[in-house]
This record gives sequence, structure tokens and C-alpha cells, in this order.
Amino acid sequence: MLHITQAERDGTLTVSLAGELDHHAARMAIEQTEDLLALYPCGQLVLELSGLTFMDSSGLAVVLHLHRTCARSGREFIVRGAPPQPMRVFEASGLPQVMIFERGE
Amino acid sequence: MRAVVNKMSLKFESRSVNEAFARQAVGAFAAQLDPTMEELGDIKTVVSEAVTNAIVHGYADRSGFITVTVRLFEGRILEVKVKDAGRGIENVEQARQPMFTTGDDTRSGMGFTIMESFTDKLRVRSTPGKGTIVTMVKLLKERDG
Ligand SMILES: Nc1ncnc2c1ncn2[C@@H]1O[C@H](COP(=O)(O)OP(=O)(O)OP(=O)(O)O)[C@@H](O)[C@H]1O
Ligand SMILES: [Mg+2]
Repeated sequence: MLHITQAERDGTLTVSLAGELDHHAARMAIEQTEDLLALYPCGQLVLELSGLTFMDSSGLAVVLHLHRTCARSGREFIVRGAPPQPMRVFEASGLPQVMIFERGE
Repeated sequence: MRAVVNKMSLKFESRSVNEAFARQAVGAFAAQLDPTMEELGDIKTVVSEAVTNAIVHGYADRSGFITVTVRLFEGRILEVKVKDAGRGIENVEQARQPMFTTGDDTRSGMGFTIMESFTDKLRVRSTPGKGTIVTMVKLLKERDG
């Protein structure tokens, strides 16, 4: 199960994903985040992943999708707080070399 | 060939809710080897990749059964085999290339790359129209105590 929550502050929309991000949940994650971006006009999107307990390559597609959407609309996109297991999947894909990844606070 | 210490097999329908079931079941079975957190994460990840492939690509246009067989060999060797009787892969070499995908926008073409980097051996046998068998072998580190 994946849980999605959002918070908006000072032009930054933070979307937090908690639980398991796999193929079963990927479509929902993409659609809900796209809807939130349409709802909250913001200059920056932060995808907060510290609550993820599992992620596979489906998560890569979600991140790539949001990266493209933000690039097209001139927003900054940051992936924050990925725990060790999701981070290993990101590292195997090479995405941290081409996008902004931040540690959680 | 090393002696088999333990073995299990699961058969389930190609529904996406079963992705979580399969990786959790294999993770629970592998727990008897006392893997590190990282090894356990790797095992769950590669099972999720292979099972998702069987569901979204193998059985793209119909439903069918997926069989996951796990064997533990002497010397902390884990083998996972994921089998489907779906549409198969025309060109396995091409399919294994990073970023190659025939899927939709929820796919990135990184599944086989992840399976390869998180295990010690990956073998893909596929016959178009008949199905696919993905076999992965992982050597777990010795644990003290
Ligand atoms: N079990 C299978 N049956 C039929 N085709 C498969 C199977 N597994 C993989 N393929 C083919 O191989 C390609 C590459 O698979 P891979 O897992 O690397 O990437 P993907 O599934 O497309 O994307 P991702 O895994 O990143 O979500 C798939 O797009 C598909 O064409
Ligand atoms: Mg895949």
C-alpha cells in the first residue's frame, strides 16, 4: 500500500510517499502528484520519500515522469530522504547523477 | 553442483497485488539464512522486478499463472526462479539493455539492469509465444557468530 500526502509552503509543494511503491501503486502516484501540481501552482516540487518501506523500478518511472513534468513547466524538482533500499535502486539506475537528490533532515 | 538445503515454490495469478505477496514470501523464506538488511532488500527488489515483468509484459493481454521457486544451496547460495507462460521475449539481449522497454510510461526499462546488479548471476530463457524463465543466483555473505 502507498500513502500520498501533500503540504504547500512558500512556493514549494512537498508530496510525501509512504509505504510500498511498486507497479501496483505507480499509476496512482503519478496521477495524484500530477493533480496536485495542477492544484497548487508552485515553483518547486519536493518528492519526500523517507516513509517508503519498499521501492522497485516502478519508482524510477514515477521520478522520471515528475522530472519531465517539472522541466516542461519550469519548476525545480528535488527527491528527498530516500531510505537505503530505494536509494540502492536509484543508484543502480544512475538517476542521482542527473537529478537533485537530498538526504532527509 | 552443491547440495540443496531447502526449497519452496509459489504459484499465483498474474495480478499486481501479488507483487507484494511474492517479494514478501520470498523475503520471509530467505530470512532463515539471516541475510543483512541490504541483502534482504536486494532479494525483495529482484523478485518484484521479475514478477512485475511477468505480469505487465508476459501476461500483457491475458491473465495466467506465475511460479516462483526458491532453492537454498549449501554455502549460503540463494536461487530464485520466476516462470510465466506468457508471450515471451523476441530478443533477450536487447531486452536486457538498460532503458530498453516495450512498456508504457510507468516503465523505465531498468528492471533487468537492477536484477543484474543486485544478484551474482542472471539467466533469462524465453520462447516467443511460450513464456519466460528468469533465474537469479545470489551469494550471501558469511555472518559471524
Ligand atoms: N516475462 C516477460 N515476458 C515478456 N517480455 C518481457 C518479460 N520480462 C521482460 N520483458 C521484456 O523486456 C523488456 C525489458 O524489461 P525490464 O524489466 O528491463 O524493463 P521494463 O519492465 O520495460 O521497465 P522497468 O522494469 O524499469 O519498469 C520489457 O519492456 C519487455 O519488453
Ligand atoms: Mg521490468
